[in-house]
Amino acid sequence: MLDVTDLACRRGDRQLFRSLSFQVPAQTLLHVRGRNGSGKTTLLRALCGLLRPDAGRIRWKGKSIRELAEDYNRDLLYFGHLNGIKADLTGLENLRIARTLDQDPVGDDAILDALARIGLEGFEDLPTRMLSQGQKKRVALTRLILSKAPLWILDEPFTALDVDAVDLLQQLIAEQVADGGSVVLTTHQEVPLTQGAIQRLTLDEADDETPVSGDDPARA
Amino acid sequence: MTINWFKFASPAAFYPIAGRLIPWFGGIAAVLVLIALYWGFFETADRLGGSNPQKEYYRIIFVHVPAAWMSMWLYLVLAGWSAVGLVFNTRLSFMMAKAVAPTGAIFTFLALWTGALWGRPSWGTYWDWDPRLTSELLLFFLYIGYIALHSAIDDMRRADRAAALLAIVGLVMVPVIYLSINCPDPNQCAALHQRSDPGSIHPSILIPMLTMTLGLWSYSFAAVFARLRNIILSRESDNAWVRDVVAKEAV
Amino acid sequence: MLSVFYSVLARDILLALRRRTDVLTTLFFFIIVISLFPLGVGSEREQLQALGPGVVWVAALLASMLALERLFAADYDDGTLEQLLLTGQPLALLVLAKVLAHWLLTGLPLVLIAPLVAMQYHLEATAVWVMMAALAVGTPVLSLIGAIGAALTLGLRGGGILLSLLILPLYVPVLVYGAGAVTVSAIEIADTEPYFYLLGAFLLGALVLAPLAAAAALRISLE
Repeated sequence: MLDVTDLACRRGDRQLFRSLSFQVPAQTLLHVRGRNGSGKTTLLRALCGLLRPDAGRIRWKGKSIRELAEDYNRDLLYFGHLNGIKADLTGLENLRIARTLDQDPVGDDAILDALARIGLEGFEDLPTRMLSQGQKKRVALTRLILSKAPLWILDEPFTALDVDAVDLLQQLIAEQVADGGSVVLTTHQEVPLTQGAIQRLTLDEADDETPVSGDDPARA
Repeated sequence: MTINWFKFASPAAFYPIAGRLIPWFGGIAAVLVLIALYWGFFETADRLGGSNPQKEYYRIIFVHVPAAWMSMWLYLVLAGWSAVGLVFNTRLSFMMAKAVAPTGAIFTFLALWTGALWGRPSWGTYWDWDPRLTSELLLFFLYIGYIALHSAIDDMRRADRAAALLAIVGLVMVPVIYLSINCPDPNQCAALHQRSDPGSIHPSILIPMLTMTLGLWSYSFAAVFARLRNIILSRESDNAWVRDVVAKEAV
Repeated sequence: MLSVFYSVLARDILLALRRRTDVLTTLFFFIIVISLFPLGVGSEREQLQALGPGVVWVAALLASMLALERLFAADYDDGTLEQLLLTGQPLALLVLAKVLAHWLLTGLPLVLIAPLVAMQYHLEATAVWVMMAALAVGTPVLSLIGAIGAALTLGLRGGGILLSLLILPLYVPVLVYGAGAVTVSAIEIADTEPYFYLLGAFLLGALVLAPLAAAAALRISLE
């Protein structure tokens, strides 16, 4: 379970959000919404541990993610704005390396099956720079099929995908939640679930005009 | 001494304290520097004596040596505050480090400049790759690197932390750089060691030099606090207390 | 853990082999800088022999630094660096793998080409051997220290120039002892020993500390 208490983040001079508390238990999808610049990506990066929040705690299974460090990363799959695949490597090579880095190497057959499922059969051996934008995104999303991580954090995963891929991604997210995993995502798309709960979090409350209140001197 | 440092670690609390301390440090600095200059230039006997042509030129050490000492000390201060900032994640420490850097760089430059002026009459050249001056030059580069990195990063938090890390890496490298400059040939290192034991300096020279050092130190406090106040104001500009201060000072 | 180290190493080497020009650019930069000096200072034999060690080392410093600018940049641009930060592995280990790959591709070629450039400066056979050995110990130190700078300047405007400002002063010890060893070898070969002890000590120190510092720098730069 992901447990967030009193989280506050600012970017430059702007306070994006503060006093944010929520929990994402197993079998739950947290749908983060908000207009552009409301801090969705910042929140997701903070949840991954990439960004140090200004205040508040993020705990995974009861322990702070800072203390867990690499142990937390093993339970986590993050999908950001960038695909995180090398353009000079083929889809197969990219995924093989990703699996090794997660210390869960799988056979090439499993990777080829996954690539076929996401609709890239016949493209496995092409350097990904030869693929279209949508296809590159599909290569990156294949990580979701192969992943065993209980927590997925997905930043706008539906952009640049065609209808088939959107369907497949919705299906993958539903499977992850049904299998007892947790998913945090930002999207403008509705994600129907077969099983489990959907929570919604809207980040629009923070108003740019209100001045930031004085900080706690001890942590100043 | 048991002072609650965290109370002063807040920029809002430190801003007025720094403001009150600046005139004091500035005043002490002016007095000490004037005393040291008068003492060094007019009261100190000519140590070298005779018809030695550089007998009077040596007096530049009353500026040169204290400036060099301060430049090294301030780099330690810079790296120290950087480390405190990285460990405790306190904003004021980063601001302090940032405020120290220009003063340190100025002293390094002053030491180099006076060193060159001294070198001209005594060595016949402005620059002679003397190990101490070369070390000072590299220290100058370290300061410039810190300032350049800090100003190249737009995001304040990243700038603070990245520059802090650089300062610490620099501090770790300083002994190694110092070794390589002072002892370029490891086979005959002992011969190259330049001894400068403060005890061997005659008191009539040492005392004005120390007075000058204290004066420059005091100046550093004043200059750093003044710079720090500006940094605090610009960084905390979205806080209510800053608006009050600005409104008051505008009247 | 070793499999991860090996996997990052193999990945970076594979990528470089698919983009061979990057490796060759560094090598030719090194050769061109070295070839320019005799044109500038004159081609007197004694003068070149005296200048040789220093020139080769300064060129190696510059070549290594220019190549380092790209150490993390490509991974940063396509998001794979972000993924590296989120693997369940110590980041310092991954950084070490990347630096090793980088050195094999840009540092090692400089070591191997050294005899060729030494010919331009009329260096003796012993001096050439000492130079290759010193470069072999010294250039990994350059890559390791440079990695910290590359991580700090990631994604910044004018990152390359800035990188040189931050890193070149830190390269001074390697320059002094690396070039010193070659100069001394012309007089008495036994005297080169302490130089290699010092360079070896730098390498050990850098191997331990630099990956940690570079990993910390990457976390700061990716916030």
